[in-house]
Order: sequence, then C-alpha cells, then structure tokens
Amino acid sequence: MTDPVNENPQNAAQPGDVVAQGEQVPAPEGAPGSTVAGGTGRETRTGQFFRELLSGTWLVSVLAVVIALVIGGVLIALADQRVQETATYLFARPADFFAAVWDSVYGAYRAMFRGAVYDFQAETFSRAIRPLTETLVFSVPLILAGLGLAVGFRAGLFNIGAQGQIVLGGIFGAFIGFTFDLPVVLHVTLAAIGAALGGAIWAGIAGFLKARTGANEVIVTIMLNNIAVYLIAYLLTTQAFRLPNSPFPKSPDVPSDSAAYPLLLGPSFRLHAGFLLAIAATVFVWWLLERSTVGFEIRAAGSNPNASRTAGISVNRVVVLTMVISGALCGLAGSAQVLGTERALTAGVAASYGFDAITVALLGRSRPVGTFLAGLLFGALRAGGVLMQSTTETPIDIILVVQSIIVLLIAAPPLVRAIFRLPAPGARPRGVRTPVVKEAAA
Amino acid sequence: MSTVITEQARPQERTDAILKPISWRWPVLYGVLTLAALLLFTLLPGLEGETIYQLSRGSDLFKIPNFAVPAALTNWLLVAVMVALTILAFWLTRNRRDVPRWVPVVFGIAFVLTFLTYVGAGRSTVIPVTTLLSGALALSVPLVFGALCGVVCERSGIVNIAIEGQLLGGAFLAAVVGSLTSSAYLGMIAAPIAGALVGVLLVFFAVRYWVDQIIVGVVLNVLVVGVTSFLFSTVLTEDKATWNANQRLPELPIPLLSEIPVIGPVLFRQTLLVYIMYAAVILLQIFVFRSRWGLRMRAVGEHPKAADTVGIKVNRTRVINTIFGGAIAGLGGAFFTVGSGLAFGKEMSAGQGYIALAAMILGKWNPTGAVAAALLFGFSKNLGNVLSTIGSTVPSEFLLMLPYAVTIFAVAGLVGRVRAPAAENIPYIK
Amino acid sequence: MEPTDVKLELRGITKAFGPLVANDHIDLVVEPGEIHALLGENGAGKSTLMNVLYGLYTPDDGQILLDDRPVTFSGPGDAVSAGIGMVHQHFMLIPVFTVAESLALGYEPVGAAGLIKVDEARRRVKEISDRFGFDVDPDAYIEDLPVGAQQRVEIIKALSRDAEVLILDEPTAVLTPQETDELIEIMRQLKESGTSIVFITHKLREVRAVADRITVIRRGKVVGEASPTSSETELASMMVGRSVNLGVDKAPAQGGEESFVVSDLTVLDHAGKAVVDRISFAVRRGEILAVAGVQGNGQTELTETILGLTEPVSGSITLDGEELTGRPVKERLRAGVGFVPEDRSTDGIISSFSVAENLVLDLYDTEPFASGLAMSPAVVRENAEKRAREFDVRLTSTADPISTLSGGNQQKVVIAREMSRTLRVLVASQPTRGLDVGSIEFMHKRIVEERDKGTPVVIVSTELDEVLALADRIAVMYRGQVVGIVDGGTDRDVLGLMMAGVPLEEAQVQAAEHRTTLATADAVAEQEGTS
Repeated sequence: MTDPVNENPQNAAQPGDVVAQGEQVPAPEGAPGSTVAGGTGRETRTGQFFRELLSGTWLVSVLAVVIALVIGGVLIALADQRVQETATYLFARPADFFAAVWDSVYGAYRAMFRGAVYDFQAETFSRAIRPLTETLVFSVPLILAGLGLAVGFRAGLFNIGAQGQIVLGGIFGAFIGFTFDLPVVLHVTLAAIGAALGGAIWAGIAGFLKARTGANEVIVTIMLNNIAVYLIAYLLTTQAFRLPNSPFPKSPDVPSDSAAYPLLLGPSFRLHAGFLLAIAATVFVWWLLERSTVGFEIRAAGSNPNASRTAGISVNRVVVLTMVISGALCGLAGSAQVLGTERALTAGVAASYGFDAITVALLGRSRPVGTFLAGLLFGALRAGGVLMQSTTETPIDIILVVQSIIVLLIAAPPLVRAIFRLPAPGARPRGVRTPVVKEAAA
Repeated sequence: MSTVITEQARPQERTDAILKPISWRWPVLYGVLTLAALLLFTLLPGLEGETIYQLSRGSDLFKIPNFAVPAALTNWLLVAVMVALTILAFWLTRNRRDVPRWVPVVFGIAFVLTFLTYVGAGRSTVIPVTTLLSGALALSVPLVFGALCGVVCERSGIVNIAIEGQLLGGAFLAAVVGSLTSSAYLGMIAAPIAGALVGVLLVFFAVRYWVDQIIVGVVLNVLVVGVTSFLFSTVLTEDKATWNANQRLPELPIPLLSEIPVIGPVLFRQTLLVYIMYAAVILLQIFVFRSRWGLRMRAVGEHPKAADTVGIKVNRTRVINTIFGGAIAGLGGAFFTVGSGLAFGKEMSAGQGYIALAAMILGKWNPTGAVAAALLFGFSKNLGNVLSTIGSTVPSEFLLMLPYAVTIFAVAGLVGRVRAPAAENIPYIK
Repeated sequence: MEPTDVKLELRGITKAFGPLVANDHIDLVVEPGEIHALLGENGAGKSTLMNVLYGLYTPDDGQILLDDRPVTFSGPGDAVSAGIGMVHQHFMLIPVFTVAESLALGYEPVGAAGLIKVDEARRRVKEISDRFGFDVDPDAYIEDLPVGAQQRVEIIKALSRDAEVLILDEPTAVLTPQETDELIEIMRQLKESGTSIVFITHKLREVRAVADRITVIRRGKVVGEASPTSSETELASMMVGRSVNLGVDKAPAQGGEESFVVSDLTVLDHAGKAVVDRISFAVRRGEILAVAGVQGNGQTELTETILGLTEPVSGSITLDGEELTGRPVKERLRAGVGFVPEDRSTDGIISSFSVAENLVLDLYDTEPFASGLAMSPAVVRENAEKRAREFDVRLTSTADPISTLSGGNQQKVVIAREMSRTLRVLVASQPTRGLDVGSIEFMHKRIVEERDKGTPVVIVSTELDEVLALADRIAVMYRGQVVGIVDGGTDRDVLGLMMAGVPLEEAQVQAAEHRTTLATADAVAEQEGTS
C-alpha cells in the first residue's frame, strides 16, 4: 500500500468531474471555528446575489457556449468565399469585408436556429415547430449514448467505444426487427432488448479484458469501433442482411407497424417513442447511480478503487458490470436509429453519435440530468447544422468544432472567468476582511 | 524491564524454496496458434498446388528468382517447426527457465508463412515478400512517430491521447503547405507545427487548468477532426488545385545498401521522412536513458515532487516535452499526405494514433520497444491490404480488421505487467 | 570545500493555506554547529515551516536570515545554493532510478551533447559514502534498497551539495533503535564539522537524547523553548497544551483461548520472492498482539493477505477454526474481520464520498442500509449520526465530504466503521500514523476497549513506542519472517535488534552490552515515573 519513497496522492478526480482535483474548494462561509473578525465593510444582499450569479457554474456554461459559437463563427467567416474576396481589398472598402463577415456568420447561425428551434420562415404552424421536434429526435441517441458514457465515466472508465456499441445495437435491433414477424408490443420490445444486448456484449468485451488483463479500455474500445465498422460492412453483403436490388448497402426495412418505435406526434413529425425511452433512461440512470447498491459500487470504484477493494467491493466485477450497462445504453441509442428514425440498417447507422456522445457526457458532467440537457443542446446543434449545411453550404463539421470547444471550456471554468473577468466562486468582494481561522492541520 | 519468553521461533533456513506458480501463458499461446495453423491453414481443403514467393524487385544487385514451394508440404513442415517450438516452450517453462527471445520471433515468422502459403496456394499471383515488408515499414511510419511522441509525453507525466489529432493535423498541414508551395519537402517541414499546436492546447488545459488529460486528448481529437474536415469541405474542395494538390516525397535510395536483396529495398529505398524516423528512434533511445534531458524528463514523470526538490521546473519540463512530442507526431502525420503522394481526405488518420498508443504501451515506454510493436501493427495492416489485392478467400472486411484485432490482442494478452510512468495524468500542483 | 559555519534565523514566518494558518509568526534561531530539535505533534506545522525554509513554499510574511543577512528562496534550488539541505520524511527518491542517478539529478555531470558522465556520478556517490562509512552501491536501484539504506541515500544527496544546515524531517520513523544510534552518531560528526542540524520530530524520547536545544510548536505557533533536561511530562504538555497521559491505561490481558491463527503463511511477490515467509502466530481472545518491525519487511503484505487482497501461496489463516484463505474480502469482513488499513487516504476512505457514505463502505448492500438493490439514504444518515456521536467525530454534517475532516477525525470514521460490526478479530495497521496526540489517545483507548470485549487484536506498527504501550505480546518481523514472539514488556533494545534480524537470545546478550540512547532514555523515563 504505501511506501515512504513514492507517495501517490489519492486517485485524481473521476473523468465525469472534468476538472481534476486542485480547483480550490472554497471555504464555506461560516465554516466551523471561523470567526468573521469584524470586517471593515459589509456586503449588500444585492451585491452578494450578483457576485454569486457571476461566479456560478450556470453562467460559465452559457458563456462557454457563446465563446464556442464565436470561434465557430470565425471559422465560418474564414472559409466563406465572399469574405475571402473582400479581404483582398480590405483597406480600400472595409465595409464590404465586415458586411461579408456578418452575412456569412449571421446567415449560418440564423439557419441553425431555424433548423433547431423555430422556423420563422415556415408557412404553417406545424412546419414552424418542426425544427424543435427535429432537435428532440436528434437528441434521443445522444442522450442514450451520453448516459451510457456517463455511467462509464463515474466508474473511472473511459468508454470511447460508443460508436461501435451503437453499431452493434443497430445490428441486433434491426435484425430482430426485419427478420421475425411477431405481435406488436412483443416485437418492438424484443428488438429494443436485442439492441441493448448487442451494445452490452460489445462493451463487455472491453470490460472483461480490462478486468482480467488490465488492458487499457481507451485503446480496446476504439479498436472495437474500427472493427465494428468493418463488421457491419461485411454483414451488409451477406444474404441475411442485405436488401436485394438496393443501390447502396442497406438492410430490409424494419416493419413500421410491429417493430418500430411508434411516432409520438403523428406522421408529419419524426419524433418517436425513443424519446420517452431516453427520458426513462435518464431516470433509471439517476436511480442507478444515486440510490442503488450497484451505483454506490460504481461511484466508489470510480473515485478510489483501492479503498473500494479494501472495503470488500470487487472492482473487477464493477468494471465488467459498468461496461455492460454502458454498452447497453449505447446499444439502445442504436435502436433509436434502426427502430426509430431510419428503420433500416445501413453502414452509417451510428453517424457520428458515438463521438458526439462523449462531448454530451462531458458537458453534462456525467450527471443524468446534465447529460439529458446536454443531449438536447447538441441535438439542437445537429438539427440546426443540417439546415445550415443545406441552405448556406456551411459544412456540418463546424458543429464538431463548436462542441469540442464548449467541452474544453466547461472543463476549465477559470479560463472562461479569466476571459470575461468574472469573480471566482467563494471569492470575497473587496472590503470584507478574511476571517482568520486557527485549526490544527489534518 | 523483564523479558518473559512466551514463544520462540528461530528464523528458519530456507530448506525447500516455495516457488511461484508457473505461468503457462506463453506455451499455451504457442499451442493454440500451432493448432490454428494446423486446422485452418494446413488441413483445410484448398491447399493444393504451389505458392510462389517473390523475393526481389527489378533493380536489386542480384536477382533472386521467384521460387515456388509445394504448398501442402511447406505448411506441414512449418507446422512441425511450430510444434517443436511449442514443445520447447513447454519444457523450458516447466523447468522454470526463460524462453529465449528468438523463439517467439521464429514462431511468428513460421505462423505468418503458413498463412501466406495457404493464401497463395494454387494461384498464379505471387506473394510479394519484399513488397509486404517494405509496405509494412511504410505503414508503420505514422505509428512509430506517434509512439515516440507518446513515449516523450508520457515519460514526462502527460498522457497524450491526442496523438490521433496530431497525426491528422500534421497530414492536413503537410498537404496544404505542400500544395501551396508545390513542394512536398516544405509540406513535410510544416507538419510538425500542427502537431506542436495541438500539444500546446493539450498542455494549456492539462497543466494550467488541471483538466483530466485523457479527456483533453479525446476532445482535442474531435476538435482537430472538426477543423480539418470543415476546412476540407470548404476551402480545400472549392479550390483543390491550390490547396490540396497532392505532392509526393521522392524516394531516396541509398546507393549500394538499397540493392541488397530482400532487406535493401525495404530499409534503404524510402523517403526522407523514413530516414528521419530511423534517426529519431536511435537518438531518442540514447537520449531518454543517458542524457540530462532524459533523466530530468523521467524524474518529472515518475516523482515530480522529488524533481522539484532538486530545483527542476516540473511543469515547464512537461510543457516543453509535450510540445516537442507533438511536433514528432505531427511529422508522422506527414506520411499520410506527402509521404504517400495522396491529397488530404477527411479523418484520414483512421485510428492510427490510438494504435500508436498501444505500441507505446506494448513497448513499455521505450523507444525501441515501441518501434518493434509499431512494426508488428504495421505489418498486420499491410498484410490485410496485400491479401485483399491478391484476392484471398477471406472477405476483405475481415482482413481490414486485422490490425485492430492484433492491437486488442497485444494490449490484452501480450502486455502482462507493465508499469507506466508513475506520475502520469496527475497534475503537479504546488 | 570547508563549509563555513552559518547561523540560521527564521523571523516571524507566517504561512496560511486559505483560512488555515499553518505557521503563525514563528521565530527560530539555530546557532552554527547546533542540533536543534523542532518538537510538535502531527499537524502542528513543523513540516510546513521546513518547506518554507527549503524554498518549496513562499511565506506570506516573515524573513529568513543566514548570518543575519535576509535571503529569499524562489525554489529549492536557491535554498540548496545557500547551503540548506533537507531529508524529507517521505523520501524524494525515484524508485526506478539508481543511486548514482538519484544523486546526479539536478546536478548532472554532463559531457558532449548533454550525455551524462556515469562514472563521474558513481564516483561522487562513493566519495561521500566512504567519508561517512555508509556503504552504498551506486548502481543499486532505489526500489530494491531497504528503507534504512534509502534514507542514507537521501542524506548523501543533501551532503553532496555541501549543506551547512541540514534539516531532517522525522528521520527515525523508519529506523530501529540501533540504526537511530548510528544516525545520532552521524549527526554528531556533522555537528563537529560545523554543520547545523534541525531535527523535526514528535517523539519526546528521542528529543531529549539528541538535541542541544528544543523549540516546541503547537498549532502553528512557537510555544516555547526547552532544554533537553526538561522532563517528558513538561515537554508533552508544552506540545499538546494540556497534561497528557503518556502511557496507556491497560489492564493485563485476560487471555482466553486461541482464536485467530496464522499458520505457515507464505506470500510471493511478482518476482517470485517470498515477502511473507512461513509466518505463524496465534492470537488469544482478549489479547493484543503487536507485529513490530521496520517498514518494508513484509508487514504490509501480511495485512493485505489477512484481508484477502492477496492470496498466499501456502499456509492458512483461521478464525475460530474457520479457514479464511481463498475467501473474497467481502466474506472475510462479514465473517467478523475488522480492518484498519495502513494508509487511510488511499485505502481507508473515499475522499469524495460523504462521511455517511464512508461509514457504510462495507455494509452498504446489507440490511438495513439496502433492501435488494435499493439503498435507503435515510437509514445511512441515521447510522452516520449515531456513529459520529459515539466516536466523537468532529464535523459539521455527515453529508459533507470526508475530505473536509481532519486526519484524526477521518481515522475515527474508519475505526467507527469497523467497530460497528461485531468483530471476531481486529487488524489495525499503523493505526495512529500522522495523528495528533488527542486522536492517538482516543484510538489507543478504543483498541484496548475492543480487546477487553474479548476480541483478539492484531496491531501492526513501526512505532516502537506504540508497540510497547499497547502490546500484550509482540511478534517481530524481519525480511518476511517472524524473528520471535515475545512478551509485551520486552526491552526496547532487544526488540530493536530483533527488528534487524538478530534472534532473541543473541539479541538479549547484545542488548545487555550496548544500551542505545533511546533505551537509556526509556530507563530514565521509567525512573521519572512517566513510563
């Protein structure tokens, strides 16, 4: 356990808490033994409210999104042809340049808003709110996979394999969907369970290898991602999976009346019951982590595997179980694709959800509610990005840039504060003296 | 104070040594592989005729003619060799003696030969051994550079998952600069800058803001994919001729050495990038373990507090080394574009950065070990490619899976007990 | 180069970490060629002060003066150039380096292209090592060296920089009484050559034997100076601020029948070497058996094997006849094994968990805390309130993360957790390491209480003071073997020799011939009536 030569500090913060230990935990006001030694100034209630608001994490999150959008905007402007043209004669007619910049950036983001929230150019009401429903649709796999990754992060496991687990979930789910002919409720339930099973097995491989051999799960899950890509490519050439006479590799359709997730808002919208599944999954993950014995073990092993072992928790078992649960949730994300939106299996079933889910989980700080909200936000980005790409020809890859910058900034709140000169939490405003505390050091 | 003797146990002489339980892992592994070779490549139908091996290419010093081997006989012989080696391994392990290093190497060669002989049996297409080997070396280039970057960064205490992004960024910048200047060499020189930039971001978030290094690495990879894909889809596609015209580093054969049959073309008929790689491996191996820079780097990665107490600036060392490592990886990324004569394409690094990490772990954080592991992975990748062109019965998708499966196998099975630098992923905060 | 004699003065040094003031206007004067002891309990601020002196921390206020000239250190490099050397309590050595590399680090002799001149580095090691009669192999790997040798390497490191002031932070924690004598001899040699020594400790007995002058620190402030002739009681009360009972009130053991038996236990490390080598002992009901020995002789592996983290390659561990080997940790805990780990921060508690959660770390999945998979937070909370009261844990709320508690209170949580189960054996490893005196007293009291309930108790401790205070019988370990099992009242010197591998009878003979400083101090203390 210890030796005098090499004292390792306690396990660094779990990955869900993106900030490693070291961010100063502010001394709570009125800490035991503290005496406010007669300050020369007193803070007003309003002053205190604003200070807490300005130093809170909500504001940091919002500002992080703002900064990311700004940087995204810079890239958009840089790549825009008109901007490049006007830049050549910038000093002659600067107005042109700025107009071009504004046009490109504003145009892109306006399209994004139209695609994600509310289409103010639409004729009918239902068309106008369709973007919002699209956001919800895109958010379903993000939430489900994000929850899966969040569970992994809480256990200290970096499951980067969501992409592959989604693919496997799609394979299993779609197969059950288009192969068998079963009564409605049974069919869709089995297909969903199958999808979860597929993802669970794929992730379970990595979990098992980590528990048995200590194999680095980052590498194993990423390798499994690549293998999954080739696996699905192969399967789509086989008889069991391939739809004959299709111009590109595709599976037979999943029958909408029995195996697919029912549509929630009628046929003019794509929103399907997978969204309810996502909500249920969020509640389930909350219960799992906060109220169940399994969650207790997961959090313990994620924070300090040594102490967990000493207390009798089998960390190996936790590793495998966590990866299985994580994979199952990612598999369900795959089901949202094959049973919900696409209703067929193609090579691109996972799109980029696997990697987006990582950013979702990180933004949500591996907490269920946070992940749900983060999933909604990134679902909005995606929905908006689709329209943005089609109307303004801004490639959808810009979303990756925005997402990753958001996550990096969220991970480093002091950086955001530094950019906007905001006070740090617990910082005392000028004028109030620091209480002097005398207490024996631990 | 009195001493009452209650019991007395004299320390015993060591009469019978209590020994560690024998680990049968390696002999069992040999046995399984031998069995696989027997069942899959020897007993299965399809092993008729001859397999033609080609050992030289046009411009060698003296040409070795292709030689054909009777497929079935060859494989039986090879299997016999493998069986012998397996028995040797079992016997040595049982007697608690070390299995010498040449055994796995010979075994590996025999195993691969059975596979190749099986694949080429009865076909008129040759098994191009030289191409296999030189292609393997070429494909290993980004892996080697990536693994060397990993060694430098991790031995300093920084976990660098962003090697993937550094490779991709290096590929991108090499392509763009090469295209703009119409010079592959200038592209190659520019590539490290991209890798170093990613390294700057990595240390900025990891050292300054104490963000978990694995997370920063993963997110940076996503960021690089986003930026490069975005720029590809806009600027590079709109005006390919200016921004993404493919340039190619010329092959620079070393006179005389490159004409040695079999290994000559493999090792000495390569681009400047590959020669730089040779130099980098040798230099790093020396400098990591015998120089002042290397000693301080390892101190900072194992026990930063101890380094601090002798006056070494821990975080500054980490920052500089990580940026330097990033430059190494960026240079490796140049392989994908100017090193291969290809234009930039989206996500063209295809997971090599992660394989490079596996090579680093497999190589136990030593430059030469990492290179050996990288060569193994590169070979498996090239095997997959070559076999699809030969046209074997195995579906091409499974062949493409090969390097990834080999990596998993290596990380899980072959690694055993490895010890990472003790202080990695732990920010040094005073 | 002859070191010039230097007077060191600390004036008004203040250092705070947030609201916690570790050093509060501390004044300290060390004359040249003096052995000055800095005495204070764990947590008093001694190490912080020395880190300030060594340049690892910058003081918020105050000055450091060398020969009446103020100096500022921006880092340890400056301190070393100024002639200050430090041997830390937790060694600043890199396990995978050789001795020569460890010595070279930071001051590497380089040749062409920055490559290190290895022979030169080796030569440096030999030179100093010979000067003081150390006998250290420059090519040995640090991790292969026994702890005492590692300390010598640390001392060589400091001396090789021509230190004029040498700071030793709790140096005797890892030494036997005989090795302590050797260290004292080294200190005297250094003193004669003009080097000043600052000797940080919390052990009263040593201080009086070694120091020329003693400064006592309590809660970050200097409480006063004392001379080595002060009695232990005086020093103790200065150190703690109230009168202290230095012994442990312990009735003689009411020995019952043998209950916890370890028999022929052998554990191998990954290289195949026996780190626990055919160990056998038996503990009776209502008895405390202390396993004594210098750190690194297999005690850690022994306790890990008893708990179940490691499996032995042969031998057995039985509890009232029930075999424990082969059973997972959880089963052993439920079978009544209580375990206090050596390093509470890495193995005992989960820092980010609340106090309440830490209190159920082993029972979270049993009734009444959980039914099936679902946990009951209310029950967990109630339990925490109860235990916190029972064990006098100072906290604001049981929902606070346990990291907000002091070390002593954290250890109380650990022991509370273990003692809330019915125990059939208690195994406590270094139970009072790093704790303040009040917490030490508390822990000892509870351990004795547990014994008096009839539970067999096994204490593993490297602190001979603790062993002598608590043990009914003592098993001495050396290189993985039990050298002997002796009565709790055995002479310190005999124990010390056994800890170095000398068998009992020979140890008794040798001890009679050579009394170590500490054993002599024991005798003096006994006369004073404080033992």
